[in-house]
Amino acid sequence: MTSENARLRSKTWACATIVVLTQVFGNFFLKRGMPAELPSPLSYLTVLFRPWVALGVTLLVVWLLSRMTLLSWADLSYVLPATSLGYVLVAFVGRWLLDERITRQRWAGILLIVAGVALVGGGSAPQTFRGNSGGPS
Amino acid sequence: MKWLLIAIIVAATSVGEVLQAIGMRRHGEIRDFRPGALGRAASTLARNGVVIGSVVAMAVSFFAYLGLLSFTDLSFAVPVTAVTYVVETALAKYVLKERVNWLRWAGAAVVLCGVALVSL
Repeated sequence: MTSENARLRSKTWACATIVVLTQVFGNFFLKRGMPAELPSPLSYLTVLFRPWVALGVTLLVVWLLSRMTLLSWADLSYVLPATSLGYVLVAFVGRWLLDERITRQRWAGILLIVAGVALVGGGSAPQTFRGNSGGPS
Repeated sequence: MKWLLIAIIVAATSVGEVLQAIGMRRHGEIRDFRPGALGRAASTLARNGVVIGSVVAMAVSFFAYLGLLSFTDLSFAVPVTAVTYVVETALAKYVLKERVNWLRWAGAAVVLCGVALVSL
């Protein structure tokens, strides 16, 4: 049972890392390639063919798939806060790579997000239910 | 326009993610990460109605997000969509019947306060 927990824990960490990194850089490339406005419904589609936007979308597809994989064994109420670290990294990316101005208030908010993540990820087990596929455990 | 897009994003994301969690739980834990097995899992999931519903909701949310991102900062658009946290933690408890202990509630609440500060 202990080794089963260790297996689940390291698998959860590896998958959560992929989820966070693809979310952060997917969003970064999306913003990098995005024009200042999308005037028509058609422009919502044509924008997808810009190289940076296409790269961003690709990373976000990986994000979606890795997140679904994570959700196949972990609770949603665990996954949400555990992967919220991505919000912090996005702020750094916005500040350093996109030259966005981040106020002291925003940084304070970022610290609160980190605190919330620590509260949830620190103590609780990642899983309430065993998968109902009946696999060996 | 800004807040309308945010409302669409929050609603569609919350619905999409809860459907995703239901669909993946029905599918069961993914244990085999070899390409063939992952492909089989993908083809099973592509025929799962709940998963399809979640992907449609995510697509709606994605295009609303594209619109929002075109005229706001990245460091505004991403945190503001985390309003979904509270909605989803509540849905995790009442729809998915997950045991959400007080620590998780506290964590979600603190994360939400942080998100509010980031976005205001």
